[in-house]
Amino acid sequence: MARAVTTRHKVTATVFAWIVALIIFFPILYTLVTSLKTEPEAIAGFSLIPSGTFENYITVQTRSDYLKPFTNSVILSVGSTILALIIAIPSAWAMAFSPTKRTKDILMWMLSTKMMPAVAVLVPIYLLFRDFGLLDSRIGLTVMLTLINLPIVVWMLYTYFREIPGEILEAARMDGAGLWQEIVYVLTPMAVPGIASTLLLNIILAWNESFWTIRLTTTNAAPLTAFIASFSSPQGLFWAKLSAASTMAIAPILILGWFSQKQLVRGLTFGAVK
Amino acid sequence: MATHNTKTLARLMMAPSVLLLLVWMIVPLAMTLWFSFQNYNLLSPANVNFAGFLNYEFFYTDPAFFQSIWNTLVIVCGVLFITVVGGIAIALLLDQPIFGQGIVRILVISPFFVMPPVAALIWKNMIMHPGYGVFADIANLLGQQPIDWFAQYPLFSIVIIVAWQWLPFATLILLTALQSLDGEQKEAAEMDGANFFNRFIYLVLPHLARAVTVVILIQTIFLLGVYAEILVTTNGGPGYASTNLAFLIYRTALLGYDVGGASAGGIIAVVLANIIAIFLMRAVGRNLD
Amino acid sequence: MGSITLRQVSKVFGEAKVIPSIDLEINDGEFVVFVGPSGCGKSTLLRLIAGLEDVSGGQILIDGKDVTQAAPAQRGLAMVFQSYALYPHMSVRKNIAFPLKMAKMDQAAIDRKVEAAAKVLNLTDYLERRPSQLSGGQRQRVAIGRAIVREPSAFLFDEPLSNLDAALRGTMRLEISDLHHQLKTTMIYVTHDQVEAMTMADKIVVLNRGNIEQVGSPLELYKTPRNLFVAGFIGSPRMNFIDGAYAQSKNAKTAGIRPEHLLLSRDNGTWRGTVKVAEHLGADTFLHLDVDGIGQVTARCDGEFRAHHGDVVYLTPDESKLHRFDDKGMALQA
Repeated sequence: MARAVTTRHKVTATVFAWIVALIIFFPILYTLVTSLKTEPEAIAGFSLIPSGTFENYITVQTRSDYLKPFTNSVILSVGSTILALIIAIPSAWAMAFSPTKRTKDILMWMLSTKMMPAVAVLVPIYLLFRDFGLLDSRIGLTVMLTLINLPIVVWMLYTYFREIPGEILEAARMDGAGLWQEIVYVLTPMAVPGIASTLLLNIILAWNESFWTIRLTTTNAAPLTAFIASFSSPQGLFWAKLSAASTMAIAPILILGWFSQKQLVRGLTFGAVK
Repeated sequence: MATHNTKTLARLMMAPSVLLLLVWMIVPLAMTLWFSFQNYNLLSPANVNFAGFLNYEFFYTDPAFFQSIWNTLVIVCGVLFITVVGGIAIALLLDQPIFGQGIVRILVISPFFVMPPVAALIWKNMIMHPGYGVFADIANLLGQQPIDWFAQYPLFSIVIIVAWQWLPFATLILLTALQSLDGEQKEAAEMDGANFFNRFIYLVLPHLARAVTVVILIQTIFLLGVYAEILVTTNGGPGYASTNLAFLIYRTALLGYDVGGASAGGIIAVVLANIIAIFLMRAVGRNLD
Repeated sequence: MGSITLRQVSKVFGEAKVIPSIDLEINDGEFVVFVGPSGCGKSTLLRLIAGLEDVSGGQILIDGKDVTQAAPAQRGLAMVFQSYALYPHMSVRKNIAFPLKMAKMDQAAIDRKVEAAAKVLNLTDYLERRPSQLSGGQRQRVAIGRAIVREPSAFLFDEPLSNLDAALRGTMRLEISDLHHQLKTTMIYVTHDQVEAMTMADKIVVLNRGNIEQVGSPLELYKTPRNLFVAGFIGSPRMNFIDGAYAQSKNAKTAGIRPEHLLLSRDNGTWRGTVKVAEHLGADTFLHLDVDGIGQVTARCDGEFRAHHGDVVYLTPDESKLHRFDDKGMALQA
């Protein structure tokens, strides 16, 4: 089937692909480079060669106001993801393995809640949070992120679970496995890869959520999104430090993202493209 | 597998997520709807009374409303155009055999993982800054006057930033769709005498149609609510030049303290989103069978 | 022991009556094949017996005990699935041991039984492999191994050979028949392939649209099909059906004659036909002919018969082997 590809064709395609890729990646690369410059270097004009100082990272690290939003981001994204998984796994399970005529409608309806524009409910959510004392609290925001991402989590898990052949579960049942044994010995080992990619993608989505995290927090519960957004006014003088903070805000998720890119497509398209 | 016991159990297992989402959908939406008919300002919370359609009227007659609708459309359509056309082009390129394909993929997908405030900040300070940005450096190099992007072309600048964030998404999905195209089909078309251009028009594009639809619909949902990018860069200005509907509602609610007006805007946003949602549901739903 | 009785068993999916009502007796030690075209309800019937689907009405008895409401595991049956349904994350050894582990058997006994089963099925060298590292035929044997260690009262096979290639299918057919002779356990085998049915079964149940068309030994079905459906389904190449004047002369709506019951000759015979396609298989020859006044007819003869497209040949039907059907498609007695 595979035909010999001419080397020239491959070289040409490679050159173009790398040029495009580097242009797209350039803003991130330049941020990384700038974070390794001194502040005067950072505003001294275009240069891809930094003096290589780690000073900015040390400064940002030692200032407690970076560590706190970072911790918040971790707690919020991981916490909301685990919570969503706990709620979603049984549902996705039931829908994949005991589908009824209404399963499809329920899935579609869940998806539809995701389409509600966040601003449309900004006012009531803000007032509810205020009245329940949840503004700027980690618990409030965790619940919020859980609810926002729950439909996607159910959907992703559903598409993974559906690929586990029903005959295997029936075989387990014929082999005398009870529901509990079926879950422990057969389903869980087979479902773990799907659950892992769902976890990964959802952490990414929660980490980068930038509407509620900015609007419902001020200082205590503010994650990196809110922290970075607060830098919108001071310019010039802190570019290198800002780049260091930005790099640290995106680096963990960028690396997670590289690992999960294969699962990303099906997750974000609700299984419509695989 | 469809025995009676398993069905009852299935319902129980589904209950928590269904109930949670039901509450999450109905309560805030009902409150928004209720507020949209009230005179309710956070600065004078004691004076709440029925306003009829007054909020809608105010929101509707505010010149900023039409400007924000127009800006919303420009952002959505502009970004869609760039990402779909660019996405197809890059996907076709990456579908070729190239050296270092894995690294190229990773580089191209990266902007998608950058949180919106950081993306906006990078572009604002590193790339588009009239004094120190890379674009300014390039302009200086060419002997041109650097452009003050956010003052002169605020909306266009935001379109660029958002497009940069979503281009990887479109590329990745289109590339996945492209790779699922049956190799034998391509070979059959070659045997039938179709050249590269013909194969693209008659084979590749129809095959991509579904993925393009999905890209358009999903992006539209997110693009309607672009917020952080505006907040960080232009703050909606100058004037209302880069205020979209989402940002206008935020301004009305949390800067103007006008709960009633913001809720009326919210309901309008829901209606808009629903129109698009209907189409998306059809596209995704077809895949369920 | 493993006798199975179905009493007025029916199954309804929503509006669709997949199985209107079936009565059937399966004796201990019998090899029974459910055969029919796809969608005839044969797999559903098997799953009802297995307990993987609830019956909509009627009773299922195993060894005289009513198991209609019993869970699959309590029925003492073992099943081999079309996709093999092996647990992909377990080794062959663990796959085969799984039902024993579920039955809480002690480890030493499990090991002994697994080893024994592996020996019977030629899997000893593969015990530590994962299913994904095995060939189709080996996976099939693991699935069978998983079934036999349980020592069930009956085996259920759901189209177990349909994913294998033709050569392997032939071998596995023999292996399963051989297994039946060794174990002497009741086996119920579902297939759409009438060759599998004819070669393996003690008793064939022909199903069509959820109804039993006929039950009998392979040769009974071959010699005395009860109606047009069974006549057309059993036998390869298919029986020739002839309507019109010839059938009327035999006092029937339709006359049926198997291809092997037409005597071929180059010079003389009752019918005169033109060869459309000749298939020379070496051991026998199939001729597809256009016969004057009769229509399209397929004839089969042993060994080599020299004929090519366009040749004229003569045929003589063996009228003692003629089948006659009335206007309802039911066979007429001679």
